[in-house]
Amino acid sequence: MMEKVKKIKSGDVRTASRLIRHLEDGMAEARATMKHLFPLTGHSHVIGITGSPGAGKSTLIDGLVESFRKKGKTVGVLAVDPTSPFTGGAILGDRIRMQRHAEDPGVFVRSLATRGSLGGLAKAVGDAIHIMDVMGKDIVLVETVGTGQQEVDIINHSHTVIVVLIPGMGDEIQAIKAGILEIADIFVINKSDREGSSKLRRELMAMLDMAPLSSFPAGWRPPILKCDNAFEPDGFVKSLEIMSQTIDDHYQHLIKHDLLGTRVHRKSAVELNEAIKCSVLEPVLAKLVANGELECMIEKLSKKETDPYTLAEEIAKRYLKAK
Amino acid sequence: MSEKKIRIMVAKPGLDGHDRGARVLARCFRDAGFEVIYTGCHQTPEQIASAAIQEDVDVVGLSCLSGAHRYLFPAVAKLLKEQGADDITVVGGGIIPEQDFQLLYDAGLKAIFVPGATLDSIVEWVKTNIKPRD
Repeated sequence: MMEKVKKIKSGDVRTASRLIRHLEDGMAEARATMKHLFPLTGHSHVIGITGSPGAGKSTLIDGLVESFRKKGKTVGVLAVDPTSPFTGGAILGDRIRMQRHAEDPGVFVRSLATRGSLGGLAKAVGDAIHIMDVMGKDIVLVETVGTGQQEVDIINHSHTVIVVLIPGMGDEIQAIKAGILEIADIFVINKSDREGSSKLRRELMAMLDMAPLSSFPAGWRPPILKCDNAFEPDGFVKSLEIMSQTIDDHYQHLIKHDLLGTRVHRKSAVELNEAIKCSVLEPVLAKLVANGELECMIEKLSKKETDPYTLAEEIAKRYLKAK
Repeated sequence: MSEKKIRIMVAKPGLDGHDRGARVLARCFRDAGFEVIYTGCHQTPEQIASAAIQEDVDVVGLSCLSGAHRYLFPAVAKLLKEQGADDITVVGGGIIPEQDFQLLYDAGLKAIFVPGATLDSIVEWVKTNIKPRD
């Protein structure tokens, strides 16, 4: 196991990718390895990119990778795509936009499927970020699935959240709704050469103008950037330079105002929650499945012989012995 | 809870841009419950090998309809081997004349699918021959 830790520390892609896979598959020994990796983390700047399907997240990441590489930074990318609820299969296609970096040893791109997670990420993402961190990646970019309004798990894992929007997706009511628009540290209006771009910008401005000042951490009001057509390389590259500079500025802001800790705290809470689920809830469920009890309970329940609350209380009484 | 999934990469090496078949296959693998990484057209063997390692796939499925399979398929297999990843199974498909089969098998390919191969038979081959790794 120490051999594995050493290899990951040295940046070995095969070992890292295999470990991510074992975590996705829920293998116990992978968690044991994570125990050794966890204390070594804390180096990377983790950037979350979210937005609706087709907003251009993968293309922007491709551009950001180029921009960070020019500055001599190493980059990890975790790209999440949805798992089919019917077959369990998935098409992981984010990589298509990033393949020009495939041969750059300073870039490691790994695709993950959601496998039933609903928050816009895959369950293994938190650990995969740690692994890339231990590998020494300066920057870790996390791409969520194409999101709607509610998939906000990305804030639990990133230092900087970028919300990508495109013109023509709705009126000003959309902009005052709760959810995804609240989590942005930076807004990007992508495909801004399209009609409706300045209207979208105005709506976002109005939304931010109405937000309480206390919602801007140490005075960081999310800037609204624009990004032009990716097929016109000059403008695109320039937009990306500005974007990567703003990302750096945000990170410096977090450090300067001692805010990095609050983000790490948030992630720690989520990780502990997950780990408890994994160590407490899942073994109990597995036991009930294995001895057939769960099926019996479901049977009883569907015949209305009992109710789910009583059953859950019975199980809790049996397994939570303390007190 | 643990569940092992087959990860498979569908890739099109070289200058051939006919990706309908590759896309249909990708969809079909998805429906079979696999996790499919699709990398698009116009890939060099180096890009494909490197992506396969980064993604830790069990299988790389190469599609080529242009006639360059004699060069491109063995090149991918060789690069994987050089990088210590010859445990990744390489298979190929496309318009491939029978007299080229042996050359490709010798290069390390484990199966070749030509026009007329049904989707079911390809999925079945993967399910029979590939076990998600430990």
